[in-house]
Amino acid sequence: MSITVKNLRYIYNKEMPGETVALDDVSFEISDGSILGVIGHTGSGKSTLLQHLNGLLKPESGDVFIDDVCITDGKTELVEIRRRVGLVFQYPEYQLFEETVAKDVAFGPRNLGLDDEEIKRRVKHALEIVGLDYEDVKDNSPFEHSGGNKRKIAIAGVLAMEPKVLILDEPTAGLDPKAHREILAMVRRIHDSTGCIIIFVSHNMADIASMADKVIVLNAGRIVLEGTPAQVFSHGEELAAMGLDVPPAREMTDKLSRLIPGFTSEALSITQAADDIRNFISSDK
Amino acid sequence: MSYIEIRNLTVQFMKINEDGSEVPGRKALEDISLDIEKGSFVAVVGMNGSGKSTLAKCLNGLILPTKGDVIVDGMNTRDEDHLWDIRSRVGMVFQNPDNQIVSSIVEDDVAFGPENLGIEPAEIRRRVNQALKQVGMYDQRLKGAHMLSGGQKQRIAIAGAVAMRPECIIFDEPTAMLDPKGRENVMNIISELNADGITAILITHFMSEAVETDRIIVMNAGRVLCDRTPAQLFSDTEMIERAGLELPPFIELREKAGLPSDVTNLEKMAAYMNNR
Repeated sequence: MSITVKNLRYIYNKEMPGETVALDDVSFEISDGSILGVIGHTGSGKSTLLQHLNGLLKPESGDVFIDDVCITDGKTELVEIRRRVGLVFQYPEYQLFEETVAKDVAFGPRNLGLDDEEIKRRVKHALEIVGLDYEDVKDNSPFEHSGGNKRKIAIAGVLAMEPKVLILDEPTAGLDPKAHREILAMVRRIHDSTGCIIIFVSHNMADIASMADKVIVLNAGRIVLEGTPAQVFSHGEELAAMGLDVPPAREMTDKLSRLIPGFTSEALSITQAADDIRNFISSDK
Repeated sequence: MSYIEIRNLTVQFMKINEDGSEVPGRKALEDISLDIEKGSFVAVVGMNGSGKSTLAKCLNGLILPTKGDVIVDGMNTRDEDHLWDIRSRVGMVFQNPDNQIVSSIVEDDVAFGPENLGIEPAEIRRRVNQALKQVGMYDQRLKGAHMLSGGQKQRIAIAGAVAMRPECIIFDEPTAMLDPKGRENVMNIISELNADGITAILITHFMSEAVETDRIIVMNAGRVLCDRTPAQLFSDTEMIERAGLELPPFIELREKAGLPSDVTNLEKMAAYMNNR
């Protein structure tokens, strides 16, 4: 499994007032089983990019390949694309609509025309992966659940399609700290148990640093930084100029290293930063 | 007398059965009593579903108590004659910027509230200009609201509340949908408004925001679990755990690095590290 995006270009309101180049020469590759973090300020082109990956938008030029299948050549059936690429929008719990949790999660697979037994297997499996007990929740109304659980149910609905690529747009926005931690643990569990490629879009730099193998930074429709979290978050000043920031741990250690001669830290997590501070204190200076 | 007095407030929503009959449902709030002082900056935190937003909506009469009373500046929210007086004193800013813009042009949107108060056009103009300057959006006043970023829209929503000249503004997770820059801008504006004397009530899941306030009210299952200063709350790890919260990044770093609790900011942390 891989995704290859080549020279993607997209223009909003083409040949009309307000014409805007939303994506400009965007190219990147994601290989099997990795987690790609995508960051960028509001309006940087993140959502436009995501919508190209499952065929909701068609590029002005450039191509998207899922494995060796080009999904932008106009020949691939949209159903096939969406079966491969699951897109979880922001606040997906607003899209819950069925009477019971089981029916809601089954909606996608049912539309694929699968038989009842296969649908049940998928629903059960999807709910287990997101961390809910099938027997406990299947007959409940999805609306009786907490905010965090509603979101898990909505994500299970996409997982039940058994996609090869799972795109999560701001999956932790608006959740309390506990639900936030649960959703991150869930993303790891999805990753470990399905092996699908995960694309994780977030404004939370600590989440990006802890989850992603690779990060791309979008600004004005272009990829301006690309690399491991450690590489990307070593560009603190450039990120700040784009209205972004670094994880809180790095923000604090950067400030400490300006105040303390000889102290350096490339921490991306609070645990790492704390270790660096303790080592500095106990070392001979 | 406090600016807002909440006395034994209980809110119980009605549940509609399949046959259309109504029965009492879940209690969203149960027996809450709080006083909020004029000019204070109060955070309300707690898990999703703990009753934070319901409490907020009780403070300007969007939701009326099932039991108990909410008294704003001496007026009971149950008293319909005072509902508009209460709403003009207590403004609200919600989470989703896209759900609270009503006009297509920025300055028209900000004028919407004061127009509905029946204020003179010249005075509306003054207020709109001033409110837009306060949130740093005066230069964008003639722009289409749809052209703005989420953070900018949220600043317009705040300007709309400010133009009503409220004494208190409730911010219900105003930064949840914003990017880092947008979050920082909005938090700075809230702090400035509070410094200008507006009572600010901030509902948030970000402990880094809650720690900026004078007082944190922790909600759990419709009740007040605790009501403390940030310093008191964040030194009680058992309570943080119980309430499903987390430490703000700085305090988490200090604790994990094993530094004393009188290290309250990065400057002190640097001094401590330098002297070792």
